[in-house]
Amino acid sequence: MKTAPLEYLAHAAGPASLPTQRLEWALVALVSAVMIVVAALLVAALMRRRGSGRPDAIGAEAGGMSWIYIGTGVSSLALFAALIYVMATLESVAAPRVAPALQIDVTAYDWWWKVEYPDADDASRSFATANEIHIPVGVPVQIKLRSADVIHAFWVPQLAGKTEMIPGQINEQWIQADAPGVYRGQCSQFCGAQHAHMAFEVVAQPQAEFDAWRRAQARDASPAAQSATINAGKRLFGERCAGCHAVRGTDAAGAQAPDLTHLGSRRLIAAGQLPNTAADRLDWIQHAQRIKPDSMMPSMALSASDASALSAYLATLQ
Amino acid sequence: MSDTPAPALSGDAPETMRLSRPLVRESIDADRAERLAEIWETRPGWRGWFSTVDHKTIGLRYLVTSFLFLLLGGVEALVMRVQLAQPNATVLTPEQYNQLFTMHGITMIFLYASPVLSGFSNFLWPLVLGARDMAFPRLNAFSYWVFLFAGIFLYASFPLGEAPNAGWFNYVPLSELTYDVGPNIDVYSLGMVLLGISTTVGAVNFVVTLLRMRAPGMSIDRIPVLVWGTLTASGANLFAVPSVSLAFLMLWLDRRIGTHFFDVTAGSHALLWQHMFWIFAHPWVYVVVLPAMGIVSDALPVFCRRPLVGYGPVAISTVATMVIGFVVWIHHMFATGLPPLALSFFGAASMVISIPSAVATFAWIATIWTGRPVFRVPFLFFAGFVLLFVIGGVSGVMTAAVPLDWQLTDTYFVVAHLHYVLIGINVFPVVGGIYFWFPKFTGRMMSERLGRITFWLMFVGFNLGFFPMHIAGLLGMPRRIYTYGADMGWTTVNLLTSIGSFIFALGIAVFVVDVLYSRKRGPIAGNNPWDAPTLEWTVPSPPPPYNFAVVPTIASRHPLWEGRMQGEGGDAGEVPRSRLADGYILDQGREALGTTALEAAPYVILKMPEDSYAPFWLGLMAALFFAGLALHAWYFAGLALLLAAATIVVWLWPERRLMQREPEPVARH
Repeated sequence: MKTAPLEYLAHAAGPASLPTQRLEWALVALVSAVMIVVAALLVAALMRRRGSGRPDAIGAEAGGMSWIYIGTGVSSLALFAALIYVMATLESVAAPRVAPALQIDVTAYDWWWKVEYPDADDASRSFATANEIHIPVGVPVQIKLRSADVIHAFWVPQLAGKTEMIPGQINEQWIQADAPGVYRGQCSQFCGAQHAHMAFEVVAQPQAEFDAWRRAQARDASPAAQSATINAGKRLFGERCAGCHAVRGTDAAGAQAPDLTHLGSRRLIAAGQLPNTAADRLDWIQHAQRIKPDSMMPSMALSASDASALSAYLATLQ
Repeated sequence: MSDTPAPALSGDAPETMRLSRPLVRESIDADRAERLAEIWETRPGWRGWFSTVDHKTIGLRYLVTSFLFLLLGGVEALVMRVQLAQPNATVLTPEQYNQLFTMHGITMIFLYASPVLSGFSNFLWPLVLGARDMAFPRLNAFSYWVFLFAGIFLYASFPLGEAPNAGWFNYVPLSELTYDVGPNIDVYSLGMVLLGISTTVGAVNFVVTLLRMRAPGMSIDRIPVLVWGTLTASGANLFAVPSVSLAFLMLWLDRRIGTHFFDVTAGSHALLWQHMFWIFAHPWVYVVVLPAMGIVSDALPVFCRRPLVGYGPVAISTVATMVIGFVVWIHHMFATGLPPLALSFFGAASMVISIPSAVATFAWIATIWTGRPVFRVPFLFFAGFVLLFVIGGVSGVMTAAVPLDWQLTDTYFVVAHLHYVLIGINVFPVVGGIYFWFPKFTGRMMSERLGRITFWLMFVGFNLGFFPMHIAGLLGMPRRIYTYGADMGWTTVNLLTSIGSFIFALGIAVFVVDVLYSRKRGPIAGNNPWDAPTLEWTVPSPPPPYNFAVVPTIASRHPLWEGRMQGEGGDAGEVPRSRLADGYILDQGREALGTTALEAAPYVILKMPEDSYAPFWLGLMAALFFAGLALHAWYFAGLALLLAAATIVVWLWPERRLMQREPEPVARH
């Protein structure tokens, strides 16, 4: 676990974020220097010794102008130098150097992320998942950003700056991870009650691992091993969950909430809020409104047998 | 008096001078001072309370009301800081938190930061300009009443748990009916349209007062920097406020009348709101800092025992800041997907805007360096302000860097930046300014000892509380989150911020105690306790209702320092002398002297209106009209509108007394 998973000071991991991180340190150095120099001048001006004078004497209005000329002149030079560096950085992070290897569609919902991998050659290999974006390491990935409701913002600080997701328009953002790993993402545009808990993860993998993941995700849910408990759980899912959630290969086709076809493959649930264990899944299902008040997921009242049945079914969605 | 010719004016009267009677320079005697007092005095009791148009009363009301809003917004902030002091706290529900941060922003930005400066300017403008009142005294009273009612209106739904909750930028579609069905956003929308009326008429009043009401000889290059600041802010308001008033009206129409101005599903564009909002809201940032910077530019030199270094450059920078301030609004929208080329222009403009700020900074430091500082309480605030100004400025430069802003925006770095701007550049000068002008407001001094305690609590608490917010931002903490996990690395910085904010609040509490104590028991101040140079210090503390018994004639920027400044009068050695003891008395009813716009040459005798209930009634009816709209009580709203119209008729009913009896222009030969 990283000490601050959303920091962008020290762990920029790709060409869309690294130049910005360098710019950040350069500007931090520049503004710190300005702050220290001005503070020193201020303290010196306050403290410097002055000869004795008549108490009611008033100093001349003229004089002191060289402070303004020199101070403003030096500040302006520093500013223009900084501006040139800023423009160069903007140029290098605005678009990838090579054409993106992969295009992913991300749609923000109150308060989760739908992630779609379209396949132009074979529509049957297109699929949707949620709150977890997998990318291959070392190549630029283009992400089309949409919103299903209000304005959100897509932000994976260690991979790139943020871009708003605005209903009625499609924005684009490119990211690239040069090292395998898990990068935290977070909605950064205030979007209502659960803005605080609208997180996701980007999992960067070597190409082969990524390809395997993608193939697995494109498959429908494997028919559950037959057992009475699992069947009861599946039936319960159909009654209580399928209005919003989908499981491909079954009758559950809800579109208002995360696709759960391969729920078991994800690291986290509830948009980054909880680890994906059987206990946490049940906790979330039964106490969603306590864990994330006002979220769209209701707290489900389940009997003990219902709970274990549902849990058993969900465990099959690998 | 009226039979005497007017030789004194022959030198400075413009060709088109239109005086209804000749004017002579006279000194005041006790009888005529008494007569002036009778003419200008407000009636005692509630009648006077509701009808006064005295700019000093109105200014103090603005100050007190806006300060109460500051306390309210401060308490909201403290509750939020309790919630954020620890990870995963449950002091507040998300909805409560969202209402609190929204109301905190609305309160501080709209109900405190700008009105408090209107308070200073209302009280001080006529006094520093050598005038009897503002140009439109009744409009001035109206502006205050509307501000008060708009403030109450914006808080009306708070006790019901239905306060505005979409942030002070109130982005659509989050603020549209689909996502926010309660009265929350209606209250915000209508309240802002109502408040916009107050801001607009206030701005008109300031602009006209400056152009029309300056004492003879106070040419445009002799006005205090505070006046430049408020003038610039007022000019900007006239252009900026219509945009936000229209946006909020359109939003309300969308919500309750069924229009589709911002409806994305009907083919509109969600960014339309952001443009309309920020075209207003970025200039507004300068509206709430430029007059405060003016306070420092005028008052800091008093404690350095010399005039401000670089009056001209500082005045020009003030105006330049605002001009550039109108072309930087996109820097609030860098992350909206606009093309990088467009962003680079706005990013560059946003960096260039710091150049005029550099001019002001070095002018202040040079003033201290070349002066002989006297470490009284107001000076502590102004000197401390300079450091906070620089920190708030340079963090602004970082957010102006487009690619870096893609990281910084909507994080706590921006929260830190905007609080250094709003507290550092507004609250510190305001508190310093209250210490400085309190003697003029009340006739008594505030406590030097409590003042020092206040300053150090505020200064230490502020930096301890708000500097770590920069770090929280760099560690990725987004704005407007009601809680955060223990594993995010933000625990320590948030605890520091919470501790600092309570220390800062303690400083404000000591300040309030000082104000309450000193207004009754502070030492008597006298006319000019700081040996300051400007006109407000020539009159008694508190000033008489007519301000100046005789209209002064001004010969320099520092009438009270003339004759004892080094290097005065230039090479010729001739010291300019303002005339404060004799001048035009103008005591045939409420009268003021109108002067020309640039030179301030006497031009016309203005008949000033008496006290009136009309501003109060019109303000009340306007507020009731908006209340009717908010409650969908259409007939009630219609009735209030009719009564408002009737009040306007009463207000504007011609009065013989107010007729400007203007003779034919006097041609000069």
